[in-house]
Amino acid sequence: MSAAAAAKEVGGRLAAAEPLNATLHWSQALLDAEAARVDAAPAAGALGGMPVALKDNIVTVEQPTTCGSRILEGYTSPFTATAVGRLREAGAMIAAKTNMDEFAMGSSTEHSAFGRVRNPIDPERVPGGSSGGSAALVAAGVVPAALGSETGGSVRQPASFCGVVGMKPSYGRVSRYGLVAFGSSLDCISVFSRTVADAGRVLSVMTGHDPLDATTLDRPPMPVPTPLADLRGLRVGLPREYYPADLHPGVGAALQRTRAAIVELGGEVCEVSLPHSPYAVPTYYIVAPAEAAANLARYDGVRYGPRKVGPEGDIRALYQATRGEGFGAEVRRRILVGTYVLSAGYYDAYYRKAQRVRALIAEDFRQVFASGVDFLLTPTTPTPAFRAGEKTGDPVAMYLADIFVCAVSLAGLPAVSLPVGRSEGLPVGAQLIAPFFEDERLLAAAAAIERAVPAGAEVR
Amino acid sequence: MTWEAVIGLEVHVQLRTRTKMFCACRTTFGDPPNTNVCPVCLGLPGALPVPNAEAVRLGATAALALGCTIHHTSVFARKNYFYPDLPKGYQISQFDQPLATGGRVTFESAERGRVQAGITRLHLEEDAGKLVHDRFPGKTAVDLNRAGVPLAEIVSEPDLRSPAEARAYLTTLRQILIYAGASECSMEQGSLRVDANISIRRPGESRLGTKAEVKNLNSFANVERALEAERVRQIGLLEGGGRVAQVTLLFNAGTGQVKPLRSKEESHDYRYFPDPDLPPLVLDDAWISARRDALPELPEARRSRLEVALGIPAYDARVLTSEAPLADYFEAVVAAGVEPKTAANWVMSDVMTTFNETGGFPVAAGRLADLVGLVRTGTLSHQAAKRVYAEMAQSPDGDPAAVAERLGLVQVSDQGALAGWVDEVLAANPAEVARYKGGETKLMGFFVGQVMKRSKGKADPKGVQPVLAERLK
Repeated sequence: MSAAAAAKEVGGRLAAAEPLNATLHWSQALLDAEAARVDAAPAAGALGGMPVALKDNIVTVEQPTTCGSRILEGYTSPFTATAVGRLREAGAMIAAKTNMDEFAMGSSTEHSAFGRVRNPIDPERVPGGSSGGSAALVAAGVVPAALGSETGGSVRQPASFCGVVGMKPSYGRVSRYGLVAFGSSLDCISVFSRTVADAGRVLSVMTGHDPLDATTLDRPPMPVPTPLADLRGLRVGLPREYYPADLHPGVGAALQRTRAAIVELGGEVCEVSLPHSPYAVPTYYIVAPAEAAANLARYDGVRYGPRKVGPEGDIRALYQATRGEGFGAEVRRRILVGTYVLSAGYYDAYYRKAQRVRALIAEDFRQVFASGVDFLLTPTTPTPAFRAGEKTGDPVAMYLADIFVCAVSLAGLPAVSLPVGRSEGLPVGAQLIAPFFEDERLLAAAAAIERAVPAGAEVR
Repeated sequence: MTWEAVIGLEVHVQLRTRTKMFCACRTTFGDPPNTNVCPVCLGLPGALPVPNAEAVRLGATAALALGCTIHHTSVFARKNYFYPDLPKGYQISQFDQPLATGGRVTFESAERGRVQAGITRLHLEEDAGKLVHDRFPGKTAVDLNRAGVPLAEIVSEPDLRSPAEARAYLTTLRQILIYAGASECSMEQGSLRVDANISIRRPGESRLGTKAEVKNLNSFANVERALEAERVRQIGLLEGGGRVAQVTLLFNAGTGQVKPLRSKEESHDYRYFPDPDLPPLVLDDAWISARRDALPELPEARRSRLEVALGIPAYDARVLTSEAPLADYFEAVVAAGVEPKTAANWVMSDVMTTFNETGGFPVAAGRLADLVGLVRTGTLSHQAAKRVYAEMAQSPDGDPAAVAERLGLVQVSDQGALAGWVDEVLAANPAEVARYKGGETKLMGFFVGQVMKRSKGKADPKGVQPVLAERLK
């Protein structure tokens, strides 16, 4: 099928999916233009016309980039993200920009200035977040793959809630140039797909050093992983801190079944400990807001975005009015927290201490992997997707939805969430974590587990 | 009772790179507003900084020229504050782990002789943009051409004891940085800026008084003036029974006064933290050694070499090494065979004048050596040679002998011609002749001068005197 024909089909599916509120910008004209480029290319490329949606915090020159925020309403970037350029070189079609929690701050995609995203499995439930729009489009079969961004689980958690694959690479493997910054030391462009193989194909073309991002690793791109036939000779650790007594029974049962599948594949399973993991969420909620407070300072109404002039008419009032009206409540909360933890007199007690704990969390992982464990298996989330509105009044409850994904982000490790069953019809995800830079091996093993576990089957 | 000033300076110099600190935009001065900008220095969403290796190299060169220790690991940090000329809402700087620490500048103090001032630290940072208040009536415009220009901030210890010493320190610091090739240090183009801290105390006291910071100093002379004004203000406060409050002051060059900034503008909590977009800057020993080996000869070393090896006076050596091109020219003239002190005299007078006027050396060193040779052999008088030099500076391709010929300046030692000029002079000055004959023999110099003048510099002075002596007998 030509890309032109595929683009018409994608357009049809995007239109049909409008009730999910998963997209912020797309047009048939732009899709057709992408298809024309693909069809005109001398070779199909590694992605051969694959339509890929982008979270709306990844910049492109063709469409606006709002980050789900009023403060960037009407903003179109004069440059395109490195990762998007690489996708296009590999023959991908950019299909749409997707809805998200404002500036990627949230776990339910209810904090978008442009309305909440619905979970295609159950529209009354959240798709997870912050990359909920991308997750929903893939889960609804609109596109085979979409980019999200992770700061503290924003792809793995919605992948789990929507029943799709969510792959977060090692920090520094994919260029952040053109990803609007939230927590720069944590941010990773990440991939949603329906299969592990597609996640590998998409990730592979995006990896590799970028001279425009000083934090990218100067190491070769990730080859497309070859799925493992079995897991013989591999040890999979189950960190006890990730299997609390009050774990949702459906989640527990799905993980139990995954563990059995690993053993059937010849893998060895053992219990391990990551003692500092309980501190991951509080540590994350110091480090990420601190970086965010600085990263979001540029939205001041001086150079771009809507400008509000305050009552006094001076520059201070302009800042206050622009930022006070432009940012939503959750973003304002995090800017305040981030400003507080960096303030004179509080820096040591919060930011410096959090950096120390972050190092301890990373050291936990290093030690477990050094002890002969190849991968770690955990639930991605403590529960399946919750109902819309259930946690919006309680920020801490919302933050705890990321309790199993934050530590990996703080340690910069690669991890993938796989759909491993359904509980009362709702998807359950399992998280497989690998040592730093072992993204390829992680996906190779995940493909074996994917084959062995019936993702759509109800667990009991 | 006397007072002693304690002064420390924070100097920002623009590193002499073609492009900005974290992007590829040009650093050219004076381009139309907002033409040297890109997503990185505009702070657009999604853009990221990448350090300019040349800026790091020049920063390290400056640090080594000041005798600093370069740290193997230094860290870029974000300095957070809101201002319309600061596109990201933070400035990328270095904070608790600067590029280099612990250097020194040795300079001549009028009061204390040779003084060594400590350098606390040198760190790298990016410049902010510029607010333009006079372009659009009632509005303020922002020009971001400067945003992201690479700077080194050089912080001195409070080792300076007078406003004049502050100026002498700055002059020497500037000289070193220009020699090292690290910065052009042009205050007019904003590539050197100074903030000064000053307190006063009784001589002999070791405790520091409360300091004030003076900003907006746009010339070395104004640094001295502003510090003097503040020194006098602080003495007045203390002698009047008051106390000095810690304050930031702006200097008004028009009135010569300092005036406090509104407190709102000075109380900042910059909330520094390591910039997560930039990995720590790691420089190994081999790299640092290479920078050290590549350092050119610095003014201090060159001064003593000229003094010792060429035997010229200390004063001459200092003047000649004030700027590297001047010293280069001087050494070229000496290499072309001119006796060093004679070369020094030429370079410090006529050559210096043209250099200050044109910024260059229109007369090649070899040509100047030829010219000096004509004086040595008696073909030209010194006075005539100066005229030949001036002519050569206008039309640089002239050979000195040919120019002297063309101007009719070749020295005349023919007895008849000399006697003619001498007789004319004696006839024109009968009173002086009478005084000379009455015993005022020191008038000989006057007569020689008059003969030189009458001959338009052509008379050979060595030949003139015997003729004069003969005629005045």
